[in-house]
Order: sequence, then C-alpha cells, then structure tokens
Amino acid sequence: MTETSETPLLEVKNLTKHFPIRGGLRNREQARVYAVDGVSFSVHAGETLGIVGESGCGKSTTGKAILRLEDPTSGQILLKGNDITHISRREMHPYRQQMQVIFQDPYASLNQRLRAGEIVGEPLGNYGNLTPTERREKVADLFARVGLRQDAMHRFPYEFSGGQRQRLGIARALALNPEIIIADEPVSALDVSVQAQVVNLMMDLQEELGLSYLFIAHDLAIVQHISHRIGVMYLGKLVEITDKQSLFRSPQHPYTEALLESVPIPDPRKRKARKVLKGDVPSPLKPPKGCNFNTRCPFAVDRCFKEEPELREVAPGHMAACHLR
Amino acid sequence: MTEDTVLLDRGPSADAGTDPVLQVEDLRTYFDTRDGVVKAVDGLDFSVRPGEILGVVGESGCGKSITSLSVMQLLPRPPARFASGRIMFKGRDLLQASEDEMRRLRGNEISMIFQDPMSSLNPVLSIGDQLTEAIILHQGLSSKQAMDHAIEMLDLVHIPEPRRRLKEYPHQLSGGMRQRVMIAMALSCNPSVLIADEPTTALDVTIQAQILALMEEIRDKLKTAIILITHDLGVVAEMADRVLVMYAGRKVEEADVVEIFERPQHPYTRGLMRSVPRLTTDFSEAREQRLSEIPGIVPALTNLPKGCTFAERCAFATDRCRAEYPAIEPKKPDHVAACWESANLPDWTL
Repeated sequence: MTETSETPLLEVKNLTKHFPIRGGLRNREQARVYAVDGVSFSVHAGETLGIVGESGCGKSTTGKAILRLEDPTSGQILLKGNDITHISRREMHPYRQQMQVIFQDPYASLNQRLRAGEIVGEPLGNYGNLTPTERREKVADLFARVGLRQDAMHRFPYEFSGGQRQRLGIARALALNPEIIIADEPVSALDVSVQAQVVNLMMDLQEELGLSYLFIAHDLAIVQHISHRIGVMYLGKLVEITDKQSLFRSPQHPYTEALLESVPIPDPRKRKARKVLKGDVPSPLKPPKGCNFNTRCPFAVDRCFKEEPELREVAPGHMAACHLR
Repeated sequence: MTEDTVLLDRGPSADAGTDPVLQVEDLRTYFDTRDGVVKAVDGLDFSVRPGEILGVVGESGCGKSITSLSVMQLLPRPPARFASGRIMFKGRDLLQASEDEMRRLRGNEISMIFQDPMSSLNPVLSIGDQLTEAIILHQGLSSKQAMDHAIEMLDLVHIPEPRRRLKEYPHQLSGGMRQRVMIAMALSCNPSVLIADEPTTALDVTIQAQILALMEEIRDKLKTAIILITHDLGVVAEMADRVLVMYAGRKVEEADVVEIFERPQHPYTRGLMRSVPRLTTDFSEAREQRLSEIPGIVPALTNLPKGCTFAERCAFATDRCRAEYPAIEPKKPDHVAACWESANLPDWTL
C-alpha cells in the first residue's frame, strides 16, 4: 500500500476513452468517438466532486471507466494510490467493495425478480461471510439508514415509488461500507420534491459515514448544492475545475459562463435578456481543431483555432483550459 | 391590480382586455381501469388569451399532460371518459366536436409540441415531407407552395440552410434542431393555441435557452396563446405570464407569475418552491442548509383521500382538511387557491 495522508482517495490521470467505429469489408476502424479525452482530477476522503456537462460530454463514460465498466483507452485510475486501470476482474474484486455506484434510473437498475431485501443483501453475499441472521440484521440496518420501512424488505421493486427505489439503490451501494460512491445522475429521474429527499439523504450519509462522492449530473443547481468542488466537462474534456465558491463567483471558462447564464432562475423578478449561446455541440466524432469550444465561443481568437488550450492553474486552486485566461 | 404586480420590463404579454381563445370549464377526465376509476383530471378550470403564456406546473401524475391531451382530443375513449366539462375554443365545445372537426383543428388552429422530438417525428419521412403534410392538408397549397412555406417556417425557427434540411431525416439532426423542426411544424398553420408539453426537458440547458428564446419570439410575433406545461419552476418564472399549479388532478393555485412566486397561498406551491435548489454566489451557510422536502409521496389516483388530497403531506393540515376538499377561492386579487388554511399560513420567505 502506498497510502499516505496526501494520497487522494480516487485519482484519475489523463483518462481517455475512445470508441472505435468499425465497418467495411475488413472491419477496420473507420472513425473514432472521442468520448473522454484526457481527463484528470482527484477526489479526497469525505469530499464530493461534482462533474457537470451536457449530454454527450463524456461525464457518464468517465464514471463507467472509473468503475471499470468500460476499459479506458489510456490514462490511469488510482484508488487510494493503487493503480486499478488494467487489473483483471478478479484483482478488481476487493476494490469494488471500496467503490460503489448509484445509477440514474432506479427502474432499470434493480432486478425486478428479487425482493427489496435480497437486492440490498446481494452484495453482502458476494463479499464477507456473514451468517444469515447477521445478514438480515445488516439489511434491516441499511433500510433504516436510508429511511425505508422494515416491512418494505419483502416487497418487489415495482411496488416502490421512484424516490423509494432510489433509496433502495443507495442502500445497496452502502451495503459493503464503501469509501466512495460514483453517482451518475442519481436524482434526475425524480420529481423535484423527491429529489430534495434523496439529495438530503446523500448529504446526511456523507456526514455520518465520511463517504466521498463523485456526483455526475447535468443540473447545476443540484451539483452546486451537494458538491465541494466541481469539474465542468465539454466534448470529452475537463474545461474547468475548482472549488464551488470560485466556480460560481468567478467562472474562468467561457463555456462555464454560458452554462451558468443559461440556467433559468426561479424568480420572475430576475428575468433578464437571455444571452443565448449559439449553435450545437459538435460531434465527438470530429471534435474541432484547437480549442473544442471554438465553434460556439463568443471570444475565440486565431490561437483558439490552432492550438489546444491546456488545463492550467489560472488562480490558486482554480484550473481552466482557455487561452484567454 | 396592486403596483407590485406591474412589471415594465417583462416584455409584451397578453392584453388583459382580450377574450380568452381557449376556455376549459370543470373538465373531468376519468379512466375506467380494473383498479377502479382513475380521476386523472378532476374539475379543472382555466383559460388562456391570445399572446399569453400560461405555465402549468406539477409533478408526475398531477394530470398536466392528460389536460393537454384532453384539449387535443387525443385520448382513446374508452378507457378515457369525460365525466363533465366544456373545452370552449372559438365558440365551439371541443368535447362535442366530431373527429372530422377535430382533425381540421389539430395541427391547424391548435397544435402541440412534445417533450421528446425524436419519438414524435416520423423517422422514415424527410423533414420536408413532414412539414408540408399539415400545410397541404389544412391550407390547400400545392406541394411546391407548401415547400416554400416550409422553408419560411424553418427560417422562422432559425434553422440554418433550410433548403438543405428539408431533404434530411430526423436522425441527421441534433436534439435542439429536432425540437426546432417540431416547433416549425406546430406553427406552420399559424395556430391560435400552442400547447408545449415539457418542450425543453430533454434538452441541455444551453439548447433550452435557445428554444425558450424562440418561443417568446414567436409569441411576440404571432400572438400565439401558449400553454407551457413543465415541472421546472425556473422555466415558468422566466416564461409564463400566469401560473397554474396542479396536484393529483386538480388546480390547487393560480395567479400572475410574480404574484404566485411572491405570495404563494398553497402549502404545496410553497413546498415545490422550497425544494428546488437555487444557484447562488453566497456560500456562507449554503451547504449546511438542507433542502426542504415535501414528505411522503403523491397519493394514488385510484384511492384519493376524502378531504384535501395534499393533507397527508401538509404541515398545516387540520381535521377539516382531512374531511373536506377545500373549495378553490380567491385569496388575493386575481389569485385563487384551494386551501382552508391559507389565511393562517406564515408569511412567505424562501
């Protein structure tokens, strides 16, 4: 073990995931989707790192690569200093215990044929050697922890509401006492009043258990609420990352500015002339040369079309990838 | 009107003097199912004037989408049935209209855009074919004239190179482009009423901003009455002139947009407003604050409680609330709500 106090819990270095598109007679690679293209960040113990971006920016693929549900094309994933980028399934086994996942769709991610208690208890069967009684107690404990009634253990997923299913998903993720949970859009399928319940639960659990979260979402207000630090992704790249105060008070990347500007404010007295970012996100098959935001950036200069900006520190602890900063 | 409700910078909106173009009275849309009668919409009244944007807010199952499908007469009967009500459009009751009459109205005088443009466009027809279909049908233009009109419509919704796009198919367009095509199609016959059911929910925020700007522009140019159905209070606050809040099939509150955000009279409206996190730059205690929750879940529509349907989730519920559904009554000028306790609610702050 190489763990020291400075070692982040999770560290991602230059992570890349390209999907080749094959075709033709010889099934040769015809093109490449640059889904994740050189992303680096770290998550410390007890911290929530939010990753925001629009659909297709690579935020979910990043999460899947970290969980080794997708094999990264290149780069490194370190969990407590241990390189897990290329290890085998069997070698991965002990690490899965430390790193769990919550998915967006609580309808699709629960086995419809298992009772709620079995769903939550399943990871306990895969790891450890609890007696059936101990296991039942542990499951009961998890149900209480996520705010589900004990009698719910005998019900099937379809008998639960969306919010309750997401609670089940969280209970299952907690079963092995993980240190970090990768949460991919965990509340975006839920109604607003239920979203609040689940966000509060996740924050309470963090406080009680010292969990870390990698919280992947597109809703800026929710990400702002739950995160300590936030990374913004655009077309497979991290364009800005810093603590949430700096990000919202002084965004450094024009894309971050545009995102913040586009969020509708739930206050009719704050209506303003809409500053609309023109155009669409380019295809990740053919990302633009130079800065990948240059097709939509209102400030782009010559250099932005020729040279790709590096993610660099533009203020203490504040990284952005823009030539103009 | 109090001086608070007059806002000068809100752009052109409905002229309070004009008559409503669409008026829904005591609409009850029920579904007969094996589990009993589902009262999806239960006694709904609302109206919308030319050039007005009416925001309809509520969570899943509140009846907002069934309301729009009722207006469009797109619900199969059975299982749907209209237990009562009138939907008055230009002097006609749409509930009494024949299918032929409805076919002449739909896509012509009343049109609709849906949440998911990919599943509402026909994947095997070109954009041009789909756009001109309604124009040829309703306006009796030749296909050449219809194509010219289609190009104008694509231009109106800011689609670059409209002539080339006409030959393309839905899968060749991005999500934002598809929603523009849907809007172009909905507007191609210059309807007096546009029903937009979660029109930006499937879109990214930067694209959402484009589509919202486009809808405002169209309302200003064509004086279309827009019924904007959404769960997003931010979208409502930015777009709507008036807001109607639905819960479990009924209207629980309705008022001018500024009025409802500043003096919400129903605990459910208040709960919704409190439970959305807001972007802020003041982080003094922001993270320490919990989001306020509405406890519990929406009741099943087959088994609604006897009194107020919100009572079991409401912190202010009394015995009367649990026994008797509250009448929808004026609480302030031009502001109605269905709550026995609204006079006793604490002063509103977020």
